[in-house]
Amino acid sequence: MIPLFPLAGAALMLFIGRRLPNIGVNVVCVGSVFLSMCFAFGAIWQLIARPAAERVVSYNLFDWVPAGVMHTNAGRVMDFHVPWGVLMDPLTAVMLLVVTGVGFLIHVYSTGYMAHEGGYYRFFGYMNLFMFSMLTLVLANNLLLLFVGWEGVGLCSYLLIGFYFLRKSASDAGKKAFIVNRIGDAGFLLGLFLMLGTLGTIQFTELGPAIAAGNFAIGNGTLTAIALLLFVGATGKSAQLPLYVWLPDAMEGPTPVSALIHAATMVTAGVYMIARTNAVFSMAPRALEVVAVVGCVTSLFAATMGLVQNDIKRVLAYSTVSQLGYMFLACGVGAFTAGVFHLMTHAFFKALLFLGSGSVIHSLSGEQDMRKMGALWTKIPTTARTFLVASIAIAGIPPLAGFFSKDAILGHAFEHSPILWLLGFITAGMTAFYMFRLVNMTFFGTSRVDHEVEHHIHESPSSMTVPLMILAVLSVIGGWIGWPESLGGSDRFAQFLAPVMSSPIAKSGGETAEAAGAAHAASGGSTEYLLMLLSVAIAATGIWLAYRWYIKQPEVPDKIASNFGGLYRLLYNKYYVDQIYDAMFVNRIKDLALTLGAFDVGVINGLGVDGAGWLTRVTSRVSMAWDSWIVDGLVNLAARVVWVLSYPVRMLQTGRVSRYALFMLLGVLIFLGYYLHSSGITLQNLLH
Amino acid sequence: MIPTSHYLFLSLGLFTIGVIGVVTRRNVIIILMSIELMLNAVNINLVAFSRLVGSAEGHVFAIFVITDAAAEAAVGLGIIIAFFRNRETLLGDEMDLLKW
Repeated sequence: MIPLFPLAGAALMLFIGRRLPNIGVNVVCVGSVFLSMCFAFGAIWQLIARPAAERVVSYNLFDWVPAGVMHTNAGRVMDFHVPWGVLMDPLTAVMLLVVTGVGFLIHVYSTGYMAHEGGYYRFFGYMNLFMFSMLTLVLANNLLLLFVGWEGVGLCSYLLIGFYFLRKSASDAGKKAFIVNRIGDAGFLLGLFLMLGTLGTIQFTELGPAIAAGNFAIGNGTLTAIALLLFVGATGKSAQLPLYVWLPDAMEGPTPVSALIHAATMVTAGVYMIARTNAVFSMAPRALEVVAVVGCVTSLFAATMGLVQNDIKRVLAYSTVSQLGYMFLACGVGAFTAGVFHLMTHAFFKALLFLGSGSVIHSLSGEQDMRKMGALWTKIPTTARTFLVASIAIAGIPPLAGFFSKDAILGHAFEHSPILWLLGFITAGMTAFYMFRLVNMTFFGTSRVDHEVEHHIHESPSSMTVPLMILAVLSVIGGWIGWPESLGGSDRFAQFLAPVMSSPIAKSGGETAEAAGAAHAASGGSTEYLLMLLSVAIAATGIWLAYRWYIKQPEVPDKIASNFGGLYRLLYNKYYVDQIYDAMFVNRIKDLALTLGAFDVGVINGLGVDGAGWLTRVTSRVSMAWDSWIVDGLVNLAARVVWVLSYPVRMLQTGRVSRYALFMLLGVLIFLGYYLHSSGITLQNLLH
Repeated sequence: MIPTSHYLFLSLGLFTIGVIGVVTRRNVIIILMSIELMLNAVNINLVAFSRLVGSAEGHVFAIFVITDAAAEAAVGLGIIIAFFRNRETLLGDEMDLLKW
């Protein structure tokens, strides 16, 4: 029910939207998202009202793929069919909350941001289509239906990145996003098939029992392969190494799109999918190691790139990649709850950051380069204040949202491996630094705005600032539901999600969230306090450094850049990853295409098509000669004979009346003469 | 009394002039006039023989022929006018529509 409203909105927009005025588009599209938000909240409310053990509602709307009887690899016979079904459990509830809530705010924001853009109806049509796909993804009760939503959001992402399709860079970025995602999706599909072949089911609720029934050992090779293949899919969608390259380019799209798709919802689909299939992952410790390491390295890697970017949205994009890395780190160390928790808080503050940056760009008439901003604090106060809140939240200063979720992840990482913790810890410092570098360059210091633009600076309309304020409030309080026990809270978030996370893991023992939680509690508060203190300290250090370098002594960054020129260039050019990919894959594929093209031109075209054409031409020429010389010749000969024979007759037929009269006269005279002659009458005896 | 042969010679002369006129002249109106001439030569013949035989039938036929000539003149002139409107010419040797 919930996804149907945006679907209807999207269909309406794409078919008749062109004829509607903007206000009609607003009513339909924002209204449809609002309705699905209301329904989602209603559903969540009902879910919470149930006792904790019964918080899984799954029902099938209809049978979608009735595939019949099949054999699994283990030789068991399964009656395989895929329903179009809905699964409602605490994990879905969290995602629903994020998707519809943040989605609605961003829709409202977009009405202000996009008001002066062309293709208004198209934008909202795609946005609604995206909401439908994302809700399908979140509500699906099996992996195949999830994949439908997965591809749907990928499509919408492509469409919306390339929204300004007249700009080549935008349409290229859209294509890049689509193709890079395809690579991940190939992994996802393979994983899906392997899971189907091994476990015989792709229903989320049946995964745990199927694994239990299969008596797989922990670290089973097939399960590890499934987990790794699914993770490949997740790296594509969630922009992890090595498939993260599309996300920074995706900033070519309109800013609300960056906020909705590339920060809050779509990119978190990978994390959601891994949390969803945690039953498989927790049986494959090797795969989890990979997930953790990839996540951790990605977060560090992206954070270093974020340090030196000058485009305000690109900084945020790398920040998103980095934060997604955190989420994967959390999943990788078995703390799925912490990952989802960070997913939620991140959705709040990152959406706020993107919308805030959109508001800044809007007020500066489209300027995205931070070197041309500065001292905007008093000029656009609402945007600046909410942006600052989000920055503090992402930097991890208590008691804002980012602190709790990030600290939960770092805590779990430390228990798992201090090295991962150290990397995450450094990343946290960098996060604080680049966020406050951004804030300082944008809102404080001296104004470097072009004079031309400076006259037009204005605070955004209330349709844009109100969502900012709501998100700011959420960024502040969003973390409180996961207040850890060691600080006197009860970590209600983890308890809420526990039924989803622990069901399969409880059997396997070891790597479980609950066991980890227990160990956590057992290890005592002192380590945890220390870790919290350390992460706050490094965040504060990052903020202080950013303050020192970008407000007090603005010449320092340049000096550092010139002293470590090589490193700076390496970071500024994003480790040349795009170039390496170009050289390694894109150009190789181009070479292959060129070779195949040459084969096509030379052999297929030359020998096959052109040869056949030549043969046809020759035979047709022979046939034509026969036709024109022999066949036509005979016909013409007959005609010519007639023409020659008719020549004397034709000479008589002048068509002149007087000539005919003469002939008549001659005829009469001849007949007369003949008559007179034959009857013996002569002129002589006629006269007498 | 004038002998019949005189009438016949007059008639022969008129008829010959008419025939020559029809055959040689280019203007259609002249041709039409020549035809009238030939018809009148016939009339003279008819009346002359009628008088020779002493019967009125020849006179009657002559009157028929005069009537016929009048009708023919009317129709012929109508055709000529229509033709002139279409082709802007009255020359008989340019009337070659019979050959297609």
